[in-house]
Amino acid sequence: MEWRFTDDRPIWQQLTDQLTLSILKGEYPPGGRLPPVRELAAQAGVNPNTMQRALAQLEQDGLAVANRTTGRTVTEDIQVIEAAAKERAKAAVAACLRILSELGYTPSDALVFLKEELNHE
Amino acid sequence: MNELLVTCTGLTKYYGQKPALTGVNLELGRGRIVGLLGPNGSGKTTLIKILCGLLQPTDGAILIDGQPAGPYTKSVISYLPDRMYFADWMKATDLFDLFADFYADFDRARAMSMCASLGVTPSDRLKSMSKGTKEKVQLVLVMARKAQLYLLDEPIAGVDPAARDFILNTILTNYNEDGTVLISTHLISDIEKVLDEAIFLKDGQIVLHDTADNIRERENKSVDALFREVFRAQNMEGGAF
Repeated sequence: MEWRFTDDRPIWQQLTDQLTLSILKGEYPPGGRLPPVRELAAQAGVNPNTMQRALAQLEQDGLAVANRTTGRTVTEDIQVIEAAAKERAKAAVAACLRILSELGYTPSDALVFLKEELNHE
Repeated sequence: MNELLVTCTGLTKYYGQKPALTGVNLELGRGRIVGLLGPNGSGKTTLIKILCGLLQPTDGAILIDGQPAGPYTKSVISYLPDRMYFADWMKATDLFDLFADFYADFDRARAMSMCASLGVTPSDRLKSMSKGTKEKVQLVLVMARKAQLYLLDEPIAGVDPAARDFILNTILTNYNEDGTVLISTHLISDIEKVLDEAIFLKDGQIVLHDTADNIRERENKSVDALFREVFRAQNMEGGAF
């Protein structure tokens, strides 16, 4: 996985985002084991404390589960993962609508654009 | 073991009439990576030298792991100076012998494996090494100790950007988990993502000491961007240009 960071937000939040995305895409499958903190931190080139905080947030979101003996795994609850994916999708649509409204288009214009785009494909 | 690793109270240092540090109060915990950030002449190296006991403060006190500077604190501090102090006829392996004699916590096997991963040939003489390679050897010496406090004075200034990431990774993966790493630099954007905390030093005083996350959250900008802002304002006030 390639890690990218922007300047405007805390690193741990960006790590949580990118890890969440990997889980939603199935790169870390439901019930699968997540690499240990130190390994993930070295991969991303960040401080282990920062990675720890990002993983704690994943647990709080219900996407990851900490086990005493086997480290951290992705949740087996498919519904939690599906709900998180849906939330992502909605956020992406909202962001798209925001850009269009800045350009002066209405939501109904957006629908027209969407249909055109789908017909192209 | 003391909860606070470093405590400075009212630390002041004059070089003759010239103040280098004025009334620095600082507390550092364990297991942290801390950036000591400031422009040239802000007192970074002075602070580090006082912490490792090479300089005596004019006023104020420091405690490392609850002890004043002395043989004990030197045994738990691993210091990377801002310039090379080894004779150039020595080989890296000679330096490993020297460090193994001086420091009980020096791990020779780890030093050799770090050399291999940094692409340094330990049997080469320092004389035949480039500036960047010499810096890598120094870093290996310092990070191969299992110290409580690592004081790194400009560890990445002389190496190329690709090697910088590698060196930062070496620091990240090799520091002792109860130990704290204090890195002084002005190359902030390069080290920003490994920092827990940042200290801004300006004219011998601490103007900011906070976690990197808090800074980003509060200011909505990177530590690097905030640094440029804080220290640009200073130039305009002077108005000497």
